[in-house]
Amino acid sequence: MELNIPSDTVSEFAEIIKQTSGLDVNACYQCKKCTSGCPVSYAMDYTPAQLMHAIRLGLKELVLNSTTIWLCASCETCTTRCPQEVDIANVMDTLRIMAIRAGIRPKMTEITAFYRTGLTNIRFFGRMYELGLIGMLKLATGQFTKDIGLGIKMLKKGKLKLLPSFQGSSMTRRIFAKVKEREKV
Amino acid sequence: MKYAYYPGCSLHSTAKEYDRSLRAVCEKVGIELEEVKNWICCGSSWAHPTSKLLSLALPLKNLAEIEKSGFREVIVPCAACFSRFKISQHEVDNEPKLAAEVEGIIEHKFKDGVKVYHPLDILSSNVGLGKLAELVKNDLSGLKVVCYYGCLLVRPPKVTEFDDCEYPQSMDKILQAVGIPTLDWSYKTDCCGASFALTRTEIVIKLSRDILEGAKSVGADAIAVACPMCQANLDTRQEEIEERYQTTYHLPILYFTQLMGLAFDIPAEKLLLKNHLVDTEGVLEKVR
Repeated sequence: MELNIPSDTVSEFAEIIKQTSGLDVNACYQCKKCTSGCPVSYAMDYTPAQLMHAIRLGLKELVLNSTTIWLCASCETCTTRCPQEVDIANVMDTLRIMAIRAGIRPKMTEITAFYRTGLTNIRFFGRMYELGLIGMLKLATGQFTKDIGLGIKMLKKGKLKLLPSFQGSSMTRRIFAKVKEREKV
Repeated sequence: MKYAYYPGCSLHSTAKEYDRSLRAVCEKVGIELEEVKNWICCGSSWAHPTSKLLSLALPLKNLAEIEKSGFREVIVPCAACFSRFKISQHEVDNEPKLAAEVEGIIEHKFKDGVKVYHPLDILSSNVGLGKLAELVKNDLSGLKVVCYYGCLLVRPPKVTEFDDCEYPQSMDKILQAVGIPTLDWSYKTDCCGASFALTRTEIVIKLSRDILEGAKSVGADAIAVACPMCQANLDTRQEEIEERYQTTYHLPILYFTQLMGLAFDIPAEKLLLKNHLVDTEGVLEKVR
């Protein structure tokens, strides 16, 4: 495969990202500052710089199936340090949204389960109900015994409220419904 | 000085001590906080990786409610909420089409807008370091602290418009002003692993360990924080980290407002110092 990118070729995938999010990955000149500063790059299958390059090569399947997009902690270090002002953390969000919409099953299903249960929680209660989130996440991932000891300690310290508030829940349900309606189009 | 106050979900649960200590400190320095009625979750770690519209609509709906209630300024102490508020404003400011779409969803058209502030900014700039120094009652000069700012207060600087993104100093200046020595260290803005606590805990264990190790190596007695997620990771996971790496830290993780409260002689019970998992007795012993 040709790994250098001739200046007259344009990656269709990079164009789609630009059209949907306004983010131009083509400005990347592979200085790797994003990767050097990334606290989670050690755990990713492709580094942030490699992922930017893969987008420019049009390797959509590779990018959307990478662990990188799910392991981004959204710490914004890459975005802050990029000399070409590529908003890499925002590109990662765009890629996650694309992967979810394309129905791609991520290698780390607990992370998408975390998003799903978190959003259900907000829509239903209006404000985050932590104990509900933990319970729902356990049901979704099957990791029933994880952090039980810590959970009990936090309950004893009064760090987790026992009951949800429901305040603002009519507002969040309305917003979620309107967003869903618009995103169908 | 009167401001609208958006506590966010954490300050009503896992970070109750941040809420209580902030309120107590604000009362001392003459800031009146009015909690936003019917506030909703800002979407935090959940909305932005799944839906752009939702990630903008949730924080902006809160700002709409604040604008409707007549406030022009809001204090947002949680770093994650602060970041989502600032990012959503930045995105719609630069894209009129997107702004119109979000305004349709939240059923509100912004007029003058609402300015979002972090309490570190208000306390260091609007109240002023001199005023803070005047209020000191207790001597905490025997306590050595490192200030941990984390990611979302300072990055990306174009959006947060707050302090220096690589070497922030606002928290150091505030604590120094109330007589608490702060140490220089290399982990001020490193990531603690954030919301991976519940899903990829091993990432939090590694990253938070690096931060605790950095604080220990410069001889800190405690770590001062301004973010509920940072506090939770460094405090609640500390014992697990010590077991995993066969070491001891015993580093209390305190909100900067709790430390200010101690200097102002606000009772420890009011600051909820016993709410932490890592024992805070060592800190209290240094208050004279």
